[in-house]
Amino acid sequence: MRKLEGKVAVVTGASRGIGRAIALKLAEEGAKVVVNYSGSQAKAEEVVAMIQENGGEAIAVQASVSKTEEVTALMNAAVKTYGSLDILVNNAGITRDNLIMRMKEDEWDDVLNTNLKGVFLCTKAVTRQMMKQRAGRIINISSIVGVAGNAGQANYVAAKAGVIGLTKTTAKELASRNILVNAIAPGFIETEMTEQLPQDIKQGMLTQIPLAKLGQPEDIAKAVAFLASDDANYMTGQTLHIDGGMVM
Amino acid sequence: MSTVLERVTKVIVDRLGVEESEVTLEASFRDDLGADSLDVVELVMELEDEFDMEISDEDAEKISTVGTAISYIESKLN
Repeated sequence: MRKLEGKVAVVTGASRGIGRAIALKLAEEGAKVVVNYSGSQAKAEEVVAMIQENGGEAIAVQASVSKTEEVTALMNAAVKTYGSLDILVNNAGITRDNLIMRMKEDEWDDVLNTNLKGVFLCTKAVTRQMMKQRAGRIINISSIVGVAGNAGQANYVAAKAGVIGLTKTTAKELASRNILVNAIAPGFIETEMTEQLPQDIKQGMLTQIPLAKLGQPEDIAKAVAFLASDDANYMTGQTLHIDGGMVM
Repeated sequence: MSTVLERVTKVIVDRLGVEESEVTLEASFRDDLGADSLDVVELVMELEDEFDMEISDEDAEKISTVGTAISYIESKLN
């Protein structure tokens, strides 16, 4: 029995990395998936094609999560195509790393707009539908650096810590309507985003991970599928650390 | 065709589970009819559906009693 049979999921930033793995996993569990992307149309179409080849249903929808009108259009597309909206995964995120003393204001703004304001806008846009349904799951992808801090990532860390606070508040506001909201804080996961890090930093991080290896996008995707399913019916407002034990 | 008052009353009775006799024009959703802030948001959503209209967030904030809801809807219908 698949965990998410017939559910409708929107995954933001699903063309690559962790988002891609989440989209594929939710589809594997039976969900119809709206694969959101900002710029990488070809990659998003590829994810849709993979889902369809496995007998699942999916569409790709372009939208920048930091723009209200585009977010509204994205959520409307989900409801119009599939008739409901049961799962929102706020995954879209960018990095513009720099030391605070060198960080430009637009580097700060770009990251906060996508990684934090984007979560707010997407959440706001689905509440109406989920309140009407008297059911919904929102899963926010934060980061372990949002819990522990990280030199050179002031903007990213501030946004990801903000996502954890937003998760708790959304959970409290919507609990009475059976909308459950949780966050996942991934550690060092092997994706294009972490590939860009210098080798010495990667090596340094590995020494801080008790499990002594990098995580895979699928490790995060499996946790998302769990939080989206009936197995997590009594969980809300929590942040799951999936980081090989890096932060305890 | 029911009046605006009758239709609004029905939505309130269904949503908040109150008696029709409690739904007076002066009744405040929160103070008299036991609604919390989310209930009021949902009530406005249902009124939008019932009357096929969009109520902006700014306008919705002004709707706090049965009377203000009815006069708002009537002003939009005319």
